[in-house]
Formats: sequence, structure tokens, C-alpha cells
Amino acid sequence: MPVLSAYFAALHRDLLLVMRRKTEVLTVLFFVIVTTLLPLGIGPEPDLLRKIAPGAMWIAALLATLLGLQRLFAADYADGTLEQMVLSPKPLTILVAGKITAHWLVCGLPLVLLAPVIGLQFDLSSDAIGILMLTLLIGTPLLSLLGAIGAALTLGARGSALLVSLLVLPLYIPTLIFGAGAVESYIAGLGAMGHFSLLGALLILAAAFAPWATTAALRISLE
Amino acid sequence: MQTPALVSRNLSCIRGKQTLFQGLDLQLDSGQWLYLQGENGAGKTSLLRILAGLTLPADGDVLWQGSPISKQRGQYHQDLLYIGHHAGLKEDLTLTENLQALCRMDGLRVNDVDIREALTHMGLAKRQHLPARVLSAGQKRRGLLARTLLRPAKLWILDEPFNALDVNAIADVQNLLKAHLAKGGMLVLTSHQTPYLGTDAHGFVLNLSGSR
Repeated sequence: MPVLSAYFAALHRDLLLVMRRKTEVLTVLFFVIVTTLLPLGIGPEPDLLRKIAPGAMWIAALLATLLGLQRLFAADYADGTLEQMVLSPKPLTILVAGKITAHWLVCGLPLVLLAPVIGLQFDLSSDAIGILMLTLLIGTPLLSLLGAIGAALTLGARGSALLVSLLVLPLYIPTLIFGAGAVESYIAGLGAMGHFSLLGALLILAAAFAPWATTAALRISLE
Repeated sequence: MQTPALVSRNLSCIRGKQTLFQGLDLQLDSGQWLYLQGENGAGKTSLLRILAGLTLPADGDVLWQGSPISKQRGQYHQDLLYIGHHAGLKEDLTLTENLQALCRMDGLRVNDVDIREALTHMGLAKRQHLPARVLSAGQKRRGLLARTLLRPAKLWILDEPFNALDVNAIADVQNLLKAHLAKGGMLVLTSHQTPYLGTDAHGFVLNLSGSR
């Protein structure tokens, strides 16, 4: 399908750029360092660490995704390739969706895969780690999708790095509450189904609307 | 009489408090070219961006084959090739990868042979596997203009296509433009040096400085 091939073209291009530049990998390192500093700063109290683990890891994940967001469209805007994407005969939304997917694969998926290792530092049980991974798996694409709207809106503005954070972090609140809440309520023995359903609903909603909103914001920013 | 392919009606563009141009009527038919003249800041690039559909005019509209371009974005962009004054290339990718990515995002299937041929035509055969960041400004420009060979489009909008090019490359690009016009293509360009596009094709010169 021609539309799908445009999606994969954008995805492939962004992944190739990440492979060439390699600095994007630092996002993952940031996540590891922040989550390693916390147990060191708080001290070896397993009960306390277990308690703060879900919240701490989710906040670290939010900040790590935010780091990659500033570059999501800014580099393409600066060298004019974004202009070429807007002028592509294929829908811009599809290309934007490809770019968001690339952002998630680079900044979101590694966090999910690293969660078990980090979870051990907080003395989480293997069940709780499984739940945490699942919440991150549903939640990190949501962060990329919402973040893309913010990144597109602040494109070309001065001090856009700070603006993105201020704009996007409040939007992350529901994800943070349900993501961290799922693990906490599982540990408390209440089950996490409710939280998962809400996270899933948010993801579907964002996947349906965020690429369109991002496209509209990009067209305004490029004027 | 058939309606001209590209028509603009009563276009005006306002930047800040300054009106760059107003009440601009243009029409261009196949095989014709339009050369925009004007000093820096006269509104040449603004007009090109309006014609390409990147910027909305303050007033008036642009018609392609008789209907407004905002109503038929996909079709219009299929027929349009716009090369702005940006480098337009990713510094970390090679010329081949850059062109491949651009073409594939436009929904074109191109293979490496086509790209090699296009780059060879632009005199970049030996540079095709170098990252764009090590190329000179002129080489980047030529690499980007290789898109004109890969992508069939009726209307070319080129912003300063001769920038940073040497004398031979300018002659090559002018031949490219002439061939496009001879095939019935249309061309809108800006440049600080007068292009020579032969006497076969019908051309217009629009001086934007006068409207200020």
C-alpha cells in the first residue's frame, strides 16, 4: 500500500539518522542514571524503595521522553526537510506518525526493556516488575504521541526546549497517575485491571487524534 | 480557451506591518516560465511559498487546473516540485540515502540505479556515498537538484537554484530547466542572476521591488 510505504519511509529515515548520530541513545542512559541515583540518595531501606519505585521510574521515563522530544521536529525544521515533508503528495499525518513511531522505538521501547534491571535496584518482586513493564509498554507510546503535539506547537519558538517541557508535562499527568497507580495497586493487592483499561483507552484516543493535532500544529508553525 | 494551469488571483502578502505585495495576478501555462526579480526582502520567497501552498496569502487565492490548491493538496503536491533555499538534506546521511528518503516519502519507488544516474548527471558520481556534511554548498545544491530528475512534476518552484553553483553547473541546471520547459513543464524561479532559458519557451519577468 502506498500510504503504508510512506509511513515506513519516514520511520526508516529517522531510525537511520539515530544510528548515524548515536547521541539519541543518551536518552536511555539518562533514564538509567536518574533511576540509579534515587536509591543511592535515599539509602538502603527496601520498604521505602519498593514504595517509591513505580512513581520514581515513571517520572524518570517522562523526563527521558521529554529529552528526545525537542529534537523530534526541530532538526528537520532547521535543515528544510520538514518543508519537503509538508509538500509530499502523501498525507503529512502518515509521515508524522512514522516519525512518532521512530521516537518511541528510540526513546520509549528501551525503557520498557530496561525496567526489569532497574526494578531490581528498588527490590521489586518479579510480578510487580512484570506489571511495571506492561504499564510502560502501554504508557510510553502515549508519551511520544502527546509529546509530539507539544513539540510541533513550540517549533521555531525561542527557548522551545523549556516551552515543550512546560506544555507537555501537565498533559502527562493522567499517564503518570494510571501508570504508577497500576503497579502500586497491584502491590497493595487490589489488581491493576482498571488502571490498564484506562491507560489503554488513553492510548487509543491519542493514537487516533495526536497525529492529526501534530500535523495541524506543524502547518501553523511552518507558516 | 483552456484555463491556464497555474493562476493566482489578487494575492497579497503582509509581513508584520509591511505589505510586501498586493493585488497580484499571475497566470502560467504549460511550457512557460516566470522569473521573479527583486531586492532582498522584496517578497520573492514569500510569493514562492504562497504559490507552493506553504504559507497562506493575506488575501486572494492560488488555483491549480482551475480549483484552489488548498482544496486539492494531495493532487497539487503530486504535480509540484518545490526546492527552497534551505540545504534540504540531512547532514548525517549520504546523498543517495537523502534522495532515497525524499523520494520514498513522496511515495515514489526509486532504486539505487536511478539515483546513481541522477547524481552522475549532476556530476556527483564520486560523491554519492559521502555524508552530506562533508560536501560543499554547491555540491549539496546539485545533489538536491538531482530530485528534479527523479520526480516527475509539472510545476517546478525553485528558490535561488543557482546559488553556490559554479559556471559549468549553472549551465547544466539551465539545460535541465530548458528540457523541462520543452516537455511542457512550468517553472517559477527566483535568482539574483538572470537565467537564460532560450527563446523557445515563453517567459515572464516579475519585478517585485516596484510594488513597494
